[in-house]
Amino acid sequence: MSFLLVQALSGLATAATLFLVSSGLTIVFGVTRIVNFAHGSFYMVGAYVGWSLIERFGTTPAGFWGSVAAAALAMGLLGAAMEIGLLRRLYRSPELFQLLGTFGVVLVVQDAAAWFWGPEDLLGRRAAGLKGSVDILDQPFPLYDLVLIGLGPLVLGLLWLLFNRTRWGTLVRAATQDREMASALGVDPARLFTGVLFLGCALAGLGGALQVPREAVTLHMDMAIVVEAFVVVVVGGMGSLPGAFLASLLIGQLQAFGILVFPQITLVLVFLFMAVVLVLRPHGLLGRAEEVPPTAPAALTVPLSAGTAAHWWALALLAALALVPLAAGDYAVILLTEVVILALFAASLHLLIGLGGLVSFGHAAYFGLGAYGAALLVKHAAAPMPLALAGAPLLAGAGALLAGWFCVRRSGLYFAMLTLAFAQIAWSVAFQWSAVTGGDNGILGVWPSAWAAGKAAYYWLTLGLCGGALWLLRRAAFAPFGYALRAGRDSSLRAESVGIDVRRVQWMAFVLAGTAAGLAGGLYAFAKGSVFPTLLAVPLSVDALVMVLMGGIQTVTGPLAGAAVFHLLWSEVMSATDWWRLILGLVIVALVLVFPKGIVGFLAGLRGRA
Amino acid sequence: MSELVVRDLQRSFGGVQAVDGVSFTLRSGDLLALIGPNGAGKSTCFNLLNGQLRPDAGSVRLDGTELVGLPPRRIWALGVGRTFQITATFASMTVAENVQMVLLSRARRLFGLWRPAAAQFREPALALLDRVGMAGQADRPCGVLAYGDLKRVELAMALASEPSVLLMDEPTAGMAPAERLALMALTAALVRERGLAVLFTEHDMDVVFGHATRVLVLDRGRLIAEGTPAQVRADPRVQAVYLGDES
Amino acid sequence: MMHRRPIAAPPANRLLPGALLAALSAAVAATTLTAGPAAAQKAGFSGAPVRVGEINSYTGLPAFTIPYRQGWQLALEEINAQGGVIGCCELQVVSRDDAGKPDDAVRVAQELVTNEAVDVLAGTYFSHIGLAVADFAARNKVPFVAAEPLTDAITWSKGNRYTFRLRPSTYMQAAMLVEEAAKLPAKRWATVAPNYEYGQSAVTWFKQLLKEKRPDVEFVAEQWPAQGKLEAGPTVQALAAANPEAIFNVTFGADLAKFVREGEGRGLFRNRKIVSLLTGEPEYLEPMKDEAPEGWIVTGYPWDQIDTPAHKAFVAAYTARFKESPKQGSVVGYTTMKAVAAAITKARSSNAEPIVDALAGLTIDSPFGPVTFRASDHQATMGAYVGTTTVKDGRGTMKDWHYADGANYLPPDEAARKLRPAE
Repeated sequence: MSFLLVQALSGLATAATLFLVSSGLTIVFGVTRIVNFAHGSFYMVGAYVGWSLIERFGTTPAGFWGSVAAAALAMGLLGAAMEIGLLRRLYRSPELFQLLGTFGVVLVVQDAAAWFWGPEDLLGRRAAGLKGSVDILDQPFPLYDLVLIGLGPLVLGLLWLLFNRTRWGTLVRAATQDREMASALGVDPARLFTGVLFLGCALAGLGGALQVPREAVTLHMDMAIVVEAFVVVVVGGMGSLPGAFLASLLIGQLQAFGILVFPQITLVLVFLFMAVVLVLRPHGLLGRAEEVPPTAPAALTVPLSAGTAAHWWALALLAALALVPLAAGDYAVILLTEVVILALFAASLHLLIGLGGLVSFGHAAYFGLGAYGAALLVKHAAAPMPLALAGAPLLAGAGALLAGWFCVRRSGLYFAMLTLAFAQIAWSVAFQWSAVTGGDNGILGVWPSAWAAGKAAYYWLTLGLCGGALWLLRRAAFAPFGYALRAGRDSSLRAESVGIDVRRVQWMAFVLAGTAAGLAGGLYAFAKGSVFPTLLAVPLSVDALVMVLMGGIQTVTGPLAGAAVFHLLWSEVMSATDWWRLILGLVIVALVLVFPKGIVGFLAGLRGRA
Repeated sequence: MSELVVRDLQRSFGGVQAVDGVSFTLRSGDLLALIGPNGAGKSTCFNLLNGQLRPDAGSVRLDGTELVGLPPRRIWALGVGRTFQITATFASMTVAENVQMVLLSRARRLFGLWRPAAAQFREPALALLDRVGMAGQADRPCGVLAYGDLKRVELAMALASEPSVLLMDEPTAGMAPAERLALMALTAALVRERGLAVLFTEHDMDVVFGHATRVLVLDRGRLIAEGTPAQVRADPRVQAVYLGDES
Repeated sequence: MMHRRPIAAPPANRLLPGALLAALSAAVAATTLTAGPAAAQKAGFSGAPVRVGEINSYTGLPAFTIPYRQGWQLALEEINAQGGVIGCCELQVVSRDDAGKPDDAVRVAQELVTNEAVDVLAGTYFSHIGLAVADFAARNKVPFVAAEPLTDAITWSKGNRYTFRLRPSTYMQAAMLVEEAAKLPAKRWATVAPNYEYGQSAVTWFKQLLKEKRPDVEFVAEQWPAQGKLEAGPTVQALAAANPEAIFNVTFGADLAKFVREGEGRGLFRNRKIVSLLTGEPEYLEPMKDEAPEGWIVTGYPWDQIDTPAHKAFVAAYTARFKESPKQGSVVGYTTMKAVAAAITKARSSNAEPIVDALAGLTIDSPFGPVTFRASDHQATMGAYVGTTTVKDGRGTMKDWHYADGANYLPPDEAARKLRPAE
């Protein structure tokens, strides 16, 4: 009995940290409607700043708590700076740009932190005055964890007072409900938003600094916490503070007791819980259904350009690409194989984003499912390559059929968050279902059949299959289906009133995109001879978004150019520097702020002006 | 011959009764105007009729078929077309493609993945555009059209499904006076030729009294008068609540 | 997704030909034309350089891999100062980061072989990454000297002709620890290990070997946190709840620090014996400073206490070069590069097959003493130091240690050969 109590207390301590971080995320989302991917970075930098201060001043309780408070304050200031420098320019941008912009900040901060504090893990001091433990029913329990447990409700209470008993809080709540109304009240929304970012990021920094006595500060803290905080926010209801509190408590307990029952699948458990909540309560535990979902203005109303004589150019390019192995070495062929595969992957995502206005933040799930579909057939059924390659789009398509049904029920940001949730579920299953997927080890030995084993032969196979798939995607884009998808994006009101079942069209687009991504994934598996959970993970989803954005959203050729440039940049330029995260992050931010139309759009613009 | 029978529609928003017990009947050959001051509930009424909003109570029957509870696309498929107060077209497509979209939808070819959409139903689409005077701009993107032109594209789109009932929310808003009269003349001709039943809202009283066969007057969610233009014009209640303070 | 950073040699010339460039846009082409200097023959060497492709988790686990990198850099400098390999040729290293991701490792391996034209692959830290690169090496017939990945599969169940491994495997280190663990009175054991190849194989062997020596022990609890994502409080509590008399720990790095802190705070280690893999290595012990655990039975590297001439010479050279004390990774990196060079010289060739043949049975001198790559299972006989942790002068170190020679903890050649797939 005493054990269960102490285990529950451990869960509460976990919950306290989760709440501190996710409360900031949910407040920022509630007001600005921006899902701040960089939130975890503020947590991490908060921990680093906290570590530095605590090393210096943390020998006394006053020094320790002063250091924690200073770290939180510093993160608040940094958050306000990010609002002024970046977010302010993104409020009216499509959500894709917002998500990517903050993700660019994540990458920049990672390298900045590595530069300041070095790559080694830093173990800080314990909290002065709270080093010991107390016996609770004969079970020793760390004193510091007890303090954390108390801090959670305390912060919730203070936030409640702030939002309900101060003028500033009232204005923020008004802005949460109706942004236009807030500006009508004579409030300067810019200053209000800066203040909200300060608060949100200070909470993240507080959560980070408070972790110093519990664990080593590392460069991996940011992504780990932001994914968890995101789960909390979605489960609790996006924008709901009590919801975040409730969800933190539940997830803390789930983790504490989950490891007793299922010690090997702790990650799956959390995401599965999120999926169940979302199915039962699509708006989260305490979230409210909104009359009008928050929509970022759809800026993409430029006609899709087919281009004159496009298919002649396509054939010429295909012929040129097919000739490359005759002249080039193995490495160039391998690189081109990857480019061609990624082009299909990017184009499949473009179908959703460019035509459907549906920003998927978890498209790697279908790429990865395809790769696993092929690899599992090879490993468990000893399938020959052609059969395994056929299995790839099938598994991915089936996954998209299932996930898509839920995802298309929501639009805008909620759609993006749901796709991310499903991708995380797929990832955690691949990661922890070791018996079938090999877990971290992945699946090795997924090599092509003898006839396609040569680099050139496999390249031609890839070119043929991806070329064919790209051609089909292009036909679909200009066929009634692609038009119906665009119709739903341009005006779902009008589309529904002329008999277009927008959800169904979007669902089918999701399946089509997933299937195409799955084919790309299957080809990738055989190109590398192995598959790993990273193929389903968030960074690959982001890479795909960057490719689409880089190439430009408004043309069907954009994603192809984007994939080529992105991948060649990656493999040829980024390898020349230790600071590729910084460079990539800055490229993303620059794309978002300066070249929102991408390469092809930019070139077309130049041509148009000339 | 079609007949849209509306009985006792009710709809409130957070305690405000937006539509309160509205009943009327719309038959083929009718060009029925729904008028009333701003906030009287006209647009809500439209949204209830085409399924965009669900009424709290009441019924809408088209030739005996209950429409309440059906999604907009089903109501559309049964023959109820509509245009919007704030124009809603597919901005990334050309004028002709907008109309083609409706024709493709009607032919249930939306899930076609092969034949280019731009080549399908182009001739019928051009014919419809010709009818509303937009054939000359068929290949311009809708995103760049003037407001009045968009209204005409919307009309062509509504007509493309050959509806028996047409709901037009402020069809002439944003048009020059001459354009308005031309559009209403066209609508009136369609009513006569095709036996269409049209319900429309309108602010311009010249348009209303010049073309409507009958007029409904809505005030704070309630119907306060119904009759021929002449009867309504003479109704003292109408003059009090509506004409009095608007003109 | 394909992140990497080169460390030593500049990239060789890019192999993208004009035909390809024509096929791509001008913007793309511009980025691929950054031709570096060709891998030219340097003064003082009469033959063409021999190239080693080196892969490790430099951003994934810097605590280990940065000393490791310094170790092989020191070895490389020594080798080339003494005339290179085969007495004629410079040894060049092209180093890449796998960011702790196996798919990146496979990708850079492919790039190193096809673009950088390396003759030998070496390196890797994480077990699953080692396995992935070993699979690639076998497929492409490139010799691969795995430095650190400890999984037994890499030399046994998934062993292949082209892959050799330096460090004592989980089997060997588990066997070393079981020797000590079997002497303990404890009968109720619990285990905690990261849920991937390394943790799984360590726990499997520890349980099997301990049961063989002590049929009376039972294992009462297992915890399998995801690597790098340990929920320390609940995990410690769950272990305590099973009330074991002793615990076998396999976590390391940031997870270990968290585990030790929570364990101390919750009294998990009170009156319990802890047997722990790798915890005596300075890269994991030293960051914990005065909080390093006391009295754990560990494998590790008491660098400041080993006074063999070979080791003293190594410490002197390393400290002079890098102004810091060596870590376990330094020895691994140093010895890996020495082994690669020795194999090339023994083979008198930069071709794969002769190098593989030379590696089988190759004996070299390491800071720990002579090490032989067994021909039977390609496992080196490098050993580890087994001892007890203690805190001295505010930092963790080892006491009562002895060197356990790897040769004594390996199955006989015949038995080992049977563990490998037929070739």
